[in-house]
Amino acid sequence: MRYILAFIWKHRFFFLFLVLEALSIALIVNKSYYQRAVITNMTDNVTGGIFNTYSSITGYFRLKGENEKLAAENAMLWQTLKEGQVTTDTATIYLEDTLNRQNYRYTVAKVISNSTSNRNNYIMLNKGIRHGITPDMAVINPQGIVGTVVSVSQNFCWVMSALNKHAKVSARINRLNQMGTVVWQGSNPRLGSLTDIPVHVKVAKGDSVYTSGYSYIFPEGIMVGTIENIKVREGEHFYDIDFEWSADFNSLTYVYIVKNLFREEQVELSKEVIDE
Amino acid sequence: MSRSYLALFMRFVVLVAAQVLIVDHINLGGYISPALYLLFIILLPFQVPGWFLLVSSFFLGMSIDIFSNSTGLNAAASVFVAFVRPAVIRGVGAPADYEGHLNPGIPDMGAQWFITYSTVLILIHQLMIGILESFYLSEAGTILLRVILSSAVTLLMIVIVEYLFMRRKR
Repeated sequence: MRYILAFIWKHRFFFLFLVLEALSIALIVNKSYYQRAVITNMTDNVTGGIFNTYSSITGYFRLKGENEKLAAENAMLWQTLKEGQVTTDTATIYLEDTLNRQNYRYTVAKVISNSTSNRNNYIMLNKGIRHGITPDMAVINPQGIVGTVVSVSQNFCWVMSALNKHAKVSARINRLNQMGTVVWQGSNPRLGSLTDIPVHVKVAKGDSVYTSGYSYIFPEGIMVGTIENIKVREGEHFYDIDFEWSADFNSLTYVYIVKNLFREEQVELSKEVIDE
Repeated sequence: MSRSYLALFMRFVVLVAAQVLIVDHINLGGYISPALYLLFIILLPFQVPGWFLLVSSFFLGMSIDIFSNSTGLNAAASVFVAFVRPAVIRGVGAPADYEGHLNPGIPDMGAQWFITYSTVLILIHQLMIGILESFYLSEAGTILLRVILSSAVTLLMIVIVEYLFMRRKR
C-alpha cells in the first residue's frame, strides 16, 4: 500500500492530469438532461447576465437591419389580413372560427450569444422557464429555421443551432413533395445538407426546402433553404444535396420560440404505437 | 509570491472576458475559431508548481465552456496542453536559469523561442478540440483544415497581444 501511495505521489503530476482530463471528457460525453439542467441553472444567471449587458450594447449597431426585416415581415402579415384581401365569394364570412384551433404559440426572444464557427454551435436567448419556455421548442426567425431549445434556466435558454452535429430536422422539397432530413456537415455555415432524397426524383437547383411538420417540434412550411449543389455518388440511392440556409446565422438578433401546443398529446400517442 | 498570484488571477479574468466577449464574436468565416485564452497557459511562469498548472488550466477551460455551452470541451483541451507544457518547454529548450524569475514571454526568451513554443501548444490544443468536437472519421479533412486555420489565427493574435502588453526588460 505504502509503495502504491509513494508511486502515485512520485507521479502526482500525471495522476492529477488523468483525473482532470477524465472529468472533462466525462462532462463532454455525459449529456443527460438532468445534469445539463443542473449546470445550466448554476451558471446561466452569471453568463446570461453578462451576455445580456453585452448584447444591449452591441444591439444598437444592428437596429437598422432589424427594422428593415421587421417592416418586411409586417408587410407580409398585412397581406394575410382580411382587410388586405378582396372577397371573391359573396357568401357571408363567418368570423367565429370553430374549425381552427391554435396549434403553435410564438414568443419573441433576443439572441444574446451566438456562434457559427464551431462544429457544434449553440445560441443563448433571453427567455426561460419564467416565460414558459421548455426544451424541445422550435426556434425560427422571419427568414427560416434557427434551431431547437435544449436547456432552460429561470431567465435564459440555450438553443442548439441548426449548425450542430446533433441537429436533425425533417424537411420537404415542396415542388416535388419529397421528404428528407436536414443536417449540417460542419464545413460551411452558409450551407446545410439535405439527405434521404432518392435519386429517381428530379431535383433542380433553386428548389425550396421547407419543414415537413412531421417532427412535433417545427411547424409545417417554415422555410429552411434553397438548393444549391446536387451530387449523385456512384452506387448510391440518395442524393448529396447542399442548400443555402434561408436564415443568416451570423446576424441573428431577434427570433421566435415556437411552442407546439399539441406536442404532449402527439408524443403520448406515438409512445402507444411504439410500445405495441 | 501572493502578489504574482493576484496578477495571474487578473490575467485569467481579462483573458476569459476577452475570449467570450470579443474573440468569439469576430466572424472569420466558418472554419476559424481562435483561442486567445490559451495565452494564460503559455505565459504561466516557469517555476509554477505542477498542480497549479493543471488546476488553473482546468478552470480556465471550464470558464470558457460555461460561456459557450460546450461543457468539458475546452477544459479537456486545456488540461492536455497544461500536461504537455513541461515536455514542450524541455523540447524547445529550457532556460539555463530555471530558478530565476524568467517568464516564458518574448522579453525573457526572445521572439523566435516564444513563437516556436506557442505554435506547438496551440496546435496540440486545436487538434484536441477538433478531435473531441467531432468523432467522425469522415470529417477528418474538415477537422484538419479547421485546426490549421484556427491555429494560424490564434498564433497571430497571441503574438500581437504579447507584443502589445509585454513588460519591456529593464
